Amino acid sequence: MIEFHSVTKRFPDGTLAVDDFSLVLPSHKITVFVGTSGSGKTTLLRMINRMVDPTSGSIEIDGADIGTLEPVKLRRGIGYVMQNSGLLPHRRVIDNVATVPMLRGMPKKKARDEALHLLDTVGLDRSLANRYPSQLSGGQQQRVGVARGLAVNPNILLMDEPFGAVDPIVRAELQQELLRLQQELGKTVVFVTHDIDEAFLLGDQVVILRTGGKVAQVGSPAEILANPIDEFVATFVGADRGKRSLHLENHGDGDIVVDETGRLAGVLVGERSSAGSESKAGPRGPGASAQGGDSR
Amino acid sequence: MNFVTETVAWLIDPANWVGAGGIPTRLVQHLLFTLVTLVLAAVIAVPIGFLIGHTGRGRGLAVATSGAFRAIPTLGLLTLVALWVGIGLNAPYVALTVLAIPPILAGAYTGFEAIDRKIIDAARAVGMSEAQIVLKVELPLGLPLLIGGLRSATLQVVATATLAAYVADFGLGRYLFEGLRIRDYGEMLGGSILVILLAIVLEGVFALAQKLVVPRGVTAGLPTDIRDGSSRSRPAMESTIKEGTSHVRNE
Repeated sequence: MIEFHSVTKRFPDGTLAVDDFSLVLPSHKITVFVGTSGSGKTTLLRMINRMVDPTSGSIEIDGADIGTLEPVKLRRGIGYVMQNSGLLPHRRVIDNVATVPMLRGMPKKKARDEALHLLDTVGLDRSLANRYPSQLSGGQQQRVGVARGLAVNPNILLMDEPFGAVDPIVRAELQQELLRLQQELGKTVVFVTHDIDEAFLLGDQVVILRTGGKVAQVGSPAEILANPIDEFVATFVGADRGKRSLHLENHGDGDIVVDETGRLAGVLVGERSSAGSESKAGPRGPGASAQGGDSR
Repeated sequence: MNFVTETVAWLIDPANWVGAGGIPTRLVQHLLFTLVTLVLAAVIAVPIGFLIGHTGRGRGLAVATSGAFRAIPTLGLLTLVALWVGIGLNAPYVALTVLAIPPILAGAYTGFEAIDRKIIDAARAVGMSEAQIVLKVELPLGLPLLIGGLRSATLQVVATATLAAYVADFGLGRYLFEGLRIRDYGEMLGGSILVILLAIVLEGVFALAQKLVVPRGVTAGLPTDIRDGSSRSRPAMESTIKEGTSHVRNE
């Protein structure tokens, strides 16, 4: 469990990135910080592994104030996945994955063995192990980044717009992979994105931020969609544009779901689920869910 | 007799190739002097350059100071130091170390600065200590530019080391000063040619070294680069991320 207590961050140039932010991030769940640039979402994420220290307030991980922990040691216990993978270009894939365990004193051979297993875990072929990052596609690099983040078997995984730089098809693939991994591993994931659809797809808890690191609304995707707290949130999640107000049209063989402008959003399969019982396991494209229609 | 025949005559005269004042001895002296000077300059400049490159602080000061160092006339400094410490090799060591510091310093910090900040940031975020970032990330990735700085320093030192003979009976410069004194232009030109040849050889060695120290992951844009060990050269920090295989077909 990660707890923010009245955390404020003002950068030396005077920018107020985060203003009096308090939140509990439950264990074994995915919490997504979503907002436009300048909303302080990345700053919030980077405060968890002390890449940024708060100006005031405190952050606790499982009850321990991280301000009292040594940053390097703290970071070695937290998985970190960033945009553009952040892999070391001069090290082979396998050595990139084995980097942190070796920093923690694991013998090289063992670290490499475990790195191979991690490549399996993230769905990469072992034949890529001896390639350099520059020889991989963007999506493959991102998978290596996830493998590296998992290498020390951390309880916490920080993901800073990890899928922001890959094309939409690969992104969708990686998102599903992350959900699959999360079902297996049950990490406490903190995920930063500016993409509201990604936030709703991945998040158990979604935190919508407005400029200056102020919380606009916190809740499950369903709660936020059903009850946008104000106009800002409604605009942000797209509820005001009709993008999410879906309805059914019958087309002979089956029902299709269309949005307010009549554009096709998906098809309705199976029975209509009752509100709130939405489950992680099912296909959950935010646009394809009948949930949005119910809320209108 | 013109200069060319005089020079050739001087170069092939067996008498010039033996003894304490012979070409091999002076060549070795010159080379050793150059190497020692480079080591001295590197010991001073590399740690400072790494510190500047790693922290991003003090760059302005370094640029200004190296600029001032570059502006110092080496012959003047040499004379000044010689007046102070006396005749011998100490004065040339000091003067040429001062000459060699700016390019090495610049090579050291630009090498670090040229690295994508995201790589450094990621290294820190996964838990590398500052020392580990320097040794395991910045040093290997910045090495090509550092070698470039050493290369440029070497060229300057090997040429300017002729001045050592101004205050000591030492190195290839001796032929220049002696030839000038006794109006033996063949000897002067011969000595110069030897210096030039030495410079070219060292230049070649460094060019090779610079190529070899580029990390393979940085040069390897294509799988074939590893397998056939081709020495395709690419700028050290060029982004070589290529998607798909169209690149292979184009080659």
